[in-house]
Amino acid sequence: MKILALDSSGLPASVAVVEDDNLLGEYTIHYKKTHSQTLLPMLDEVVKMLELDLNTLDAIAVAGGPGSFTGLRIGSATVKGLGLALGKPIVSVPTVDALAYNLWGASDLVCPLMDARRQQVYTGLYEFCGTEMNVLFPQCAAGISEIVGRINTIGRSTIFLGDGVLVSQEYIRENCKVSYRFAPAHCSKQRAASVAVLGCRLFEQGQTETAAMHKPEYLRLPQAERERLEQEHLEQERLGQEHLEQERSEQEHMEQVQGS
Amino acid sequence: MDEQKEIRILAIESSCDETAAAVVVNGRDVRSNVISSQIPLHTLYGGVVPEIASRKHIEKINLVIEQALSDAGMTLAEIDAIGVTYGPGLIGALLVGVAEAKAISYAAKIPLVGVHHIEGHISANYIENKDLEPPFLCLVVSGGHTHLVRVCDYGRYEILGRTRDDAAGEAFDKVARAIGLGYPGGPKIEKIAKEGNPEAIAFPRAKVSGGAYDFSFSGLKSAVLNYLNGCRMKNLPICEADVAASFQQSVTDVLVEHAMRAVEEYGMDKFAIAGGVAANGTIRSAMKAACEKKGVRFYHPSPILCTDNAAMIGTAAYYDFIAGRRSGLDLNAVANLKLGES
Repeated sequence: MKILALDSSGLPASVAVVEDDNLLGEYTIHYKKTHSQTLLPMLDEVVKMLELDLNTLDAIAVAGGPGSFTGLRIGSATVKGLGLALGKPIVSVPTVDALAYNLWGASDLVCPLMDARRQQVYTGLYEFCGTEMNVLFPQCAAGISEIVGRINTIGRSTIFLGDGVLVSQEYIRENCKVSYRFAPAHCSKQRAASVAVLGCRLFEQGQTETAAMHKPEYLRLPQAERERLEQEHLEQERLGQEHLEQERSEQEHMEQVQGS
Repeated sequence: MDEQKEIRILAIESSCDETAAAVVVNGRDVRSNVISSQIPLHTLYGGVVPEIASRKHIEKINLVIEQALSDAGMTLAEIDAIGVTYGPGLIGALLVGVAEAKAISYAAKIPLVGVHHIEGHISANYIENKDLEPPFLCLVVSGGHTHLVRVCDYGRYEILGRTRDDAAGEAFDKVARAIGLGYPGGPKIEKIAKEGNPEAIAFPRAKVSGGAYDFSFSGLKSAVLNYLNGCRMKNLPICEADVAASFQQSVTDVLVEHAMRAVEEYGMDKFAIAGGVAANGTIRSAMKAACEKKGVRFYHPSPILCTDNAAMIGTAAYYDFIAGRRSGLDLNAVANLKLGES
């Protein structure tokens, strides 16, 4: 089985090819150029170096979200285009799961943290049992206090990784009650090799989608949509409140009528 | 030599709120033209929301491309080049089309041609007017652009004038919102204006100092808003049809005046309009009449080719392709791409 994987969900851009138990190649950069400029030239270099015929791939895996909306879409549109041209299925790998998989075999809890702005991180909680990775708390957007609270409740030592460590470490130092460590550079950020290996597993389980149907899992609504829904919700609450008040006044009126 | 090979372009456009793909043969023969519009989605917000547009593009893009190929009865193997809009437009929206086009181009080993969106609009005129060749003058008017362009040759443009503030279509949208018509404003203003008197209210025809052919529509928009506020303050009745008709007349007068002055100065015998606002019947007939008066041939695309579409991108890509222009795997989307830059 041969899988190509791309990850452009965060600041690093990463391309990897895995065949069965071999990582044939991986190319990761973390530089100021945009994914739009780097991702495909990187793929081209990997393909040339490996003398890879893209038609021999079984599937194309992608870090399917969460992550930077634009970054996710560049990865997504790229695999959709590759899938369309090659007639290959897509495997969408949850970004936070793939980050946790960087630390395969850890005996501690693994807690990836991706900076999601607005005082939130994209995060989840994972443990490794034998060869399996168990998801204790699935990927989501949450406040750092929420995830640290969960870790404190579980009470097991934890490894944090991801670009969210930078914005969260102060909070962790002050509030994390279990012993914890931060992962070093070679495994602390998104790596397409992890996406590829997890992608192989998902592919074996039949968890593929067509290139046409694939879309990122953002875990968040667009700001405009969120604000519109909040507005509608407030409006409904206001109407509900008015309705209640009206009922109450009618009831009072009835009581007065009955009382008189 | 008597049988020349056909050059087949697959074109992709995602610069704003339409996801579109088309197959165009030899530049002017449109074999398919698929457009997935998001207008109903953005109507809820009174305008295009970039993040929502980008998300919708991702969901639709493969379906639209596959439809365009199947409508044309072709497979990717029969395509000679892929044309894609890489600017100007909404960056997140553009990136979807650009990343998709690059990946297809790479995997299927088909040359890639990045196309300027405005060049696409101008080229829409070639599709139904097989006799039209540069040089000519073209007015591009849409929700995002107002450009008066001298088309010197295929792929060679000189911008004579552009808007200093709002695009003409933007002014239509804003005025439509102010008189309660909703989004998109262009067709709604045009419809209600039919019932109104275009001379009822004297809105200004803005002159811009400095650039002889530059436009300004924000003053006109403010004049309409002030008029509406004035009426409301004084409790005077507002005739929406008259406001729409008078506003539309003001825009039309300015566009026609600029265009005809340029036609004269540059001694052009052909004039074309393009872009979403070029679908407006009042503007079209006023331009036609003005051109006829001057003995200038007037060209315009059908309404379906005025709005954003990929057929026009395919046409522009064809002329770029035969001129030897190619884009690399590092092609990036450029939100404020200038015409004539590559």
